[in-house]
Amino acid sequence: MSNNEYDIIIIGSGPAGISAATLADHHKARVLVLDENCAPGGQLYRAIEKNQKNDNEWLGQSYQDGLPLVEAFRESHVNYQRSAKVWHLSNDKVVHYSVNGKAHAAKGRQILIATGAQERPFPIPGWTLNGVMSAGAAQILLKESGVVCENAVFVGTGPLLYLIAHQYISAGIAIKAIIDTTPRGNYLRAIKYVFGALGSIKNILQGWRWKREIIRSGTLYIYNISDVKINGVNSVVSVEYCQKGKWKNIDCKYVFLHQGITPEINTSLSAGCNKSWNERQACWTIDIDQYGQSSVKGISIAGDASSIAGGVAAAQRGSIAALNMLCNIDIISSNNREVFSKPFKRKLNAEMAARPFIDTLFRPHSRYRVPTSSNTIICRCEEVTLAQIQESIALGCKGPSQLKSFTRCGMGPCQGRLCGLSVSEILAKELRVSAKQIGYYKIRPPIKPVTLGELASLDEA
Amino acid sequence: MFRSINNNQSELITIYFEGKALRVQKDLNVATALLEAGISNFRETTIKNENRGPYCMMGVCFDCLINIDGMDNQQSCMVKVSDGMKINRQITRNTSQDEQ
Amino acid sequence: MQLLTLLTPKNMSNFDSVVVGGGLIGASIAYGLARSGQRVAMFDEVDNAIRAARGNFGLIWVQGKGANNPYYATWTRQSAKQWPDFSRELKELTGIDLAFEQNGGFDFCLNEVEFADRQIIMEKMTVDSDDEFSYEMLNNSQLKQVLPNIGPAVIGASFSKWDGHVNPLYLLKALHKAFKQLGGKLYINPITDLQHQGKAFQVSTATTNYACEKVILAAGFSNKTLAPKVGLNVPVYPQRGEILVTEKVKPFLHHPTGYVRQTQDGGLLLGDSHEDVGFDEGTNINEIQQIAKRAITIFPYLDSVKIIRAWSSLRILTRDGLPIYDHSESCPGAYALSSHSGVTLAAVHALDVASCIAKGDSLSPSLTCFSAKRFDV
Repeated sequence: MSNNEYDIIIIGSGPAGISAATLADHHKARVLVLDENCAPGGQLYRAIEKNQKNDNEWLGQSYQDGLPLVEAFRESHVNYQRSAKVWHLSNDKVVHYSVNGKAHAAKGRQILIATGAQERPFPIPGWTLNGVMSAGAAQILLKESGVVCENAVFVGTGPLLYLIAHQYISAGIAIKAIIDTTPRGNYLRAIKYVFGALGSIKNILQGWRWKREIIRSGTLYIYNISDVKINGVNSVVSVEYCQKGKWKNIDCKYVFLHQGITPEINTSLSAGCNKSWNERQACWTIDIDQYGQSSVKGISIAGDASSIAGGVAAAQRGSIAALNMLCNIDIISSNNREVFSKPFKRKLNAEMAARPFIDTLFRPHSRYRVPTSSNTIICRCEEVTLAQIQESIALGCKGPSQLKSFTRCGMGPCQGRLCGLSVSEILAKELRVSAKQIGYYKIRPPIKPVTLGELASLDEA
Repeated sequence: MFRSINNNQSELITIYFEGKALRVQKDLNVATALLEAGISNFRETTIKNENRGPYCMMGVCFDCLINIDGMDNQQSCMVKVSDGMKINRQITRNTSQDEQ
Repeated sequence: MQLLTLLTPKNMSNFDSVVVGGGLIGASIAYGLARSGQRVAMFDEVDNAIRAARGNFGLIWVQGKGANNPYYATWTRQSAKQWPDFSRELKELTGIDLAFEQNGGFDFCLNEVEFADRQIIMEKMTVDSDDEFSYEMLNNSQLKQVLPNIGPAVIGASFSKWDGHVNPLYLLKALHKAFKQLGGKLYINPITDLQHQGKAFQVSTATTNYACEKVILAAGFSNKTLAPKVGLNVPVYPQRGEILVTEKVKPFLHHPTGYVRQTQDGGLLLGDSHEDVGFDEGTNINEIQQIAKRAITIFPYLDSVKIIRAWSSLRILTRDGLPIYDHSESCPGAYALSSHSGVTLAAVHALDVASCIAKGDSLSPSLTCFSAKRFDV
């Protein structure tokens, strides 16, 4: 095997990626892990090694649980390339990536996409103003740099929102208000799944505990609202919400938004993997079999990059995918694949049993996925509003491709990551069909923007 | 207001934003360092000339683009600060009227 | 017309003209017909159809075009001359600014041979046009005066004041919008059949039949299968071209060029490739790399500029590279159009060709040499 050839190339070093890598390494496979961050752990366990030294206990137990995974990964012989931006993945399993502005190519017998999730776009009036960030950003600031924001307003729904609020309160950081957008009806809809979720009751109880402690802390906690928007010219002045038909105002300078997380699908789609619309999670998911194998031979997906199931599930899915890939390249037998994957499957099943409950409870209201106010920006990069999209639909756009060319929506540097989901759902609503029928942008290389110089230097690398 | 609550702060270095010297922790990325210094207006958009700053902090949204050492379009949430770094607000549209 | 209405069964809608194809050529003709007072229907394909219109570089390009066919060169110039009024007309009608500019374009030469050959071509075009066409040849240092960022490896360039550029996506949108504003009807439904019946045509989709007096085929590769139904022949084949688009950078390039074009918003388009890969609309990393290398050779400054997207589309080519304009002899009222210069020729398509068709005339005599009969030999 030449220098840039590997048994398995793994994109992403979150819980799925490092679990897969550590296990594959244990079976003596030659493994390359590429990750855009400067340390392993992904977004969930971001900067976990650094925080160990800093003794920042307010980050909580669910965060600390990631440490053994990262430590095992560090002890392995895996070739770990940090700060590596993967910008091309061909269906013949060649990965192109850049480190410090230099391009490299590596070929894998098997590829594992473990690129995790991103936060769902939350297009409401004012979400592009200075001072508005995502709740995930608040978490990253906290974990990566120990930086917090006093007197911010948190708006949205989902476990991550409660987690970050809980972390802030534990660290003694004042929160101006939490505006919980969880639709009232979700509690009723979710209740029928609660028994299925008993297997992982720990997670659910932990969520309740966070919420209870947030409320007990005396933080202004607002719920049962019907609409929310952010006011300001250039920077945030206030958050306004509608409760029982009345609009109320909270003055603030910083707002953190969260509406759950969705899979990072660009990498898989650019490799040609099939996707499906997942109505319960209200997002696109990448099709995989029980081992994580995608529709493209030799390319597997593990963790939240295929569908959202959380960090613990991601670690199991990474391990199962690794065993299957090892089997595909004859390092282990198919019999051993089954035997070895049993404990991971058991743990995964317990995690998955809670998903219908969690997904249903935190399914964002359609109002926060498909905005109603026509001047709301949908495409942040190209500054395209809902009104412009509606105008082009009226002109005859029937799908994301034509819409893209009529409005430039999705043509900016984020490559549709902050508007693609909204666009699928807006088209579906306007044309009265399902998002599944509408489809998604055609994802073209590069997976992430890459300089011409990097591209040109490729064969010299 | 953003501030650091870390027990162990890393050593301080000097960066410049719009010519003004800022003392920041050396292990921060550019976006975090600026936020901590009270700066959230990183650039002006090309089409509507609106102010923008960091949104996702994880390299996805490209809203934190800024001019670093003379180069536009740098993802400030992905670049570490370094001593003497010169950072400027990014305006990529044509600012002079004499051209075209 | 009245007779036709009476004979039309209930599930039929009537139009003076039906345009098959909603790309740049179809939409230009459809807009032109609606502008001439015709009742027009335009049929477009579904969202994921093969579309040359989406892969256009946006050049309104004269230099080098028709070097071996003075008729084509004249036709191209005729369109270029009408473009300023045409873009103004579309803007007034739709409010869409096409970002049209016609301040001359550069075509770079990367070696001495290319430079010498270019000069011969440009000279021939000038002579053929009775000096209407004009050009300049600039060496690297002359080029540097106008384009300070030019790389040292660029030997020189030809410049022609005739060349310009436009946002091709906004052009397509504006044509659609203008068409609609003038009462045109857009159907997004593939054509399943086309029949000539007496003096009229019946155009069918899976669900509905439409009657019309004229049918204009501007359906890209589908022309190949539709044309024989009305006694025409459109021998076209695909050639893939890949284009790169960059992030927005400060304006530095105020003229269109053959390989690099800066759009009004600051993004750069970098072209292009010529690949014989059938109907594969994918991208090829080696081609992308070649495009990147050439762009850096021309403007070394681009080395640190990022590419956001690479995409490809299929040029609709004929064997001799010239367009096809045909009027059916056996089925009068049927026309077939095919060209890979949908932007440059948009003005003549909308203004000249459409008004000929609206009047029910044959295409103008200057276009007879573009009949596909030239391939019958």
